[in-house]
Amino acid sequence: MEPLLDVKELTMDFGGLRALEKVSLQVLPGEIVALIGPNGAGKTTFFNCITGIYKPTGGDVCVRPPGKKQRRINGMKTHRVTAQGMARTFQNIRLFPEMTVLENVMIGRHCRSRAGVLGAILRDGATRREEKDIVDASYAILEKMGLAGEVNELAKNLPYGDQRRLEIARAMATTPFLLLLDEPAAGMNPRETDALEELIRRICKEDNIAILMIEHDMRIVMSISSRIYVLDYGRMIAAGTSVEIMENPAVIKAYLGEEETDPEKGDGSIFQEK
Amino acid sequence: MNAFAQIRQSLIIALWFMFLTFPILAVRVDTIEKVVEWRWPNMIYIGIGSFLISFVWRYFLGKKAQGAAKLVTPSVQAKTATERTKAGQAGPRTAKDTAAASGKPLMQRLMAEPRLHRPILIVFSLLGIAFPFLPFASTYQINIVTNALLYIMLGLGLNIVVGLAGLLHLGYVAFYAVGAYSYALLYYHFGIGFWAALPIGALFAAIFGIILGFPVLRLRGDYLAIVTLGFAEITRLVLENWNEFSFGPSGIAGIPRPGLFGVEMDLHQATIYIYFLMIALCLFTIFVVNRLQDSRIGRSWVALREDEVACEAMGVNPTTAKLTAFALGSTWAGLAGVVFAAKTTFVNPASFTFLESAMILSIVVLGGMGSIVGVIIGAFILILLPEYLRAFSEYRMLLFGLIMVVMMIFRPQGIIVGIRRIYEFKKGAVKEGIRQ
Repeated sequence: MEPLLDVKELTMDFGGLRALEKVSLQVLPGEIVALIGPNGAGKTTFFNCITGIYKPTGGDVCVRPPGKKQRRINGMKTHRVTAQGMARTFQNIRLFPEMTVLENVMIGRHCRSRAGVLGAILRDGATRREEKDIVDASYAILEKMGLAGEVNELAKNLPYGDQRRLEIARAMATTPFLLLLDEPAAGMNPRETDALEELIRRICKEDNIAILMIEHDMRIVMSISSRIYVLDYGRMIAAGTSVEIMENPAVIKAYLGEEETDPEKGDGSIFQEK
Repeated sequence: MNAFAQIRQSLIIALWFMFLTFPILAVRVDTIEKVVEWRWPNMIYIGIGSFLISFVWRYFLGKKAQGAAKLVTPSVQAKTATERTKAGQAGPRTAKDTAAASGKPLMQRLMAEPRLHRPILIVFSLLGIAFPFLPFASTYQINIVTNALLYIMLGLGLNIVVGLAGLLHLGYVAFYAVGAYSYALLYYHFGIGFWAALPIGALFAAIFGIILGFPVLRLRGDYLAIVTLGFAEITRLVLENWNEFSFGPSGIAGIPRPGLFGVEMDLHQATIYIYFLMIALCLFTIFVVNRLQDSRIGRSWVALREDEVACEAMGVNPTTAKLTAFALGSTWAGLAGVVFAAKTTFVNPASFTFLESAMILSIVVLGGMGSIVGVIIGAFILILLPEYLRAFSEYRMLLFGLIMVVMMIFRPQGIIVGIRRIYEFKKGAVKEGIRQ
């Protein structure tokens, strides 16, 4: 199967600091892939590179939207990357706080609609139809995400968990083939995390959207991902299924450091069931 | 805080003020008589005055804090109500529910319900039509109201750039000047009339808007403000110094007033005509801005204001959004400029100083960023108030400044807060309304 996203030897330098060194990663259709690593490993930098917020110093980022030819997207403007079909959420929620929930999602439809200034002023038939399509599509997404009761609430007034879900809804509105989630479960309690896991599975299965996510919550990572990549100090140190990753000595070392204490005392695994 | 602590605080402030003003208000050295004059009564006035002002000030600040605390409670109630609907039969909330639950201030309820604001609207439009024929409406009166209407147009135009797109623009007056000089020069060189100059002036201003837009695309906030300010100063200095082009500081005189199929009009009639012309242009502006606000473009502006990074990540091209905001905002300045030139029949660079930009920005900020009604009210207050305060001519700028300071402390969001459209979903049918 051809990968949807194919990142080859991606390198990113900030001045003399090498944040990412020859990182390669692939996402296949229908997959849920997790990218994990200790704080400061370069995970968010990686996201910023592939979505065009940073221009990578070296390497290739290629996407292959279903039914289309492969395209290299290094250094492409962020909004064009989104138009290609890769939508993202942010680690620290970045909604449009003074806009309503529905309008937040409607912004996601921007790159899939085309009304211009003249259309807005004259409000001709085509513009009205398009506007109605935007509203209907946005509402349908909100219904699916369980936010239909709050369409007219300002985004800033939503509870934290709902804000996270709204961010995903907004990204979904761009009709992506690949959804990039940056720590979707951050700050959620176990119940909310379970609901989120369910939601991500449903998005992946029902809408046929592949998912690449950064996450620290090992419980959700281990149960949901088909494959896991581990990043440490800008290098990809491991890749594989959850079982392989859990037993990988390099990963354990990256998370816990060198074993200094008596190995008998603890089993050194961070991935135990809670 | 209890009353005693309040009084003690005010007392300390009063003493502090007395100490600070002591050298200038209490001591006077008479250099001719070579004596030092002690003016103790002044000291007492200062003491009492500052004590009272500080006390009243604290009282209102306390009230404001209380108000904020009160506002929190209903929103919590609203939240529980929401949860209840979610838990039970998840019916979508209607506008009325929200209004009842959150108990919004009168101003916003007025705007939301047509039943309430329609009569007010009708009264105001009748007043607008009848105004020039009322007995007290002298040429002067009509003139200053026309002036206020002109600023409504400017305010609404700047509102697109500052209020909706969130780009702090301190050089708006440059585009006003472009409009005014377009008409003046086109008439002077080619004899082009008002009606032909109106769209041309608007177009020139829009082009200038885009020209300014390109270099400032990467700038934000303070930096953008400074560059736009510089741009406006450059425009003014060019007009002032390029004698061959713009006739320098002496300006261009004898610009004809707008014509009406060749009908001869005396000054009073012409004033009334321009008044109605301005009313029509204002209505046109309101119509267009209102439509833009709720369109795909308008939403992208607001998103840009709220979070540029997220906006771009959601597929909005920020370059296009910014340039359209600059171009459309400038268009209204251009239109207003042409009318200004026709109204005063004279243009010179002194009419387009930074103070003018600051005035238009104040209208937008005072009225409420992103709110059309707010900008209209703001323009009337800021333009008419100094006119009617001419009786206190020496203190009028002081009063003006005081109002601005008080406003910014007690209501920093402006007189009327920009509102978002609400959508109702009932059995698949989409209805539109205004957010509470």
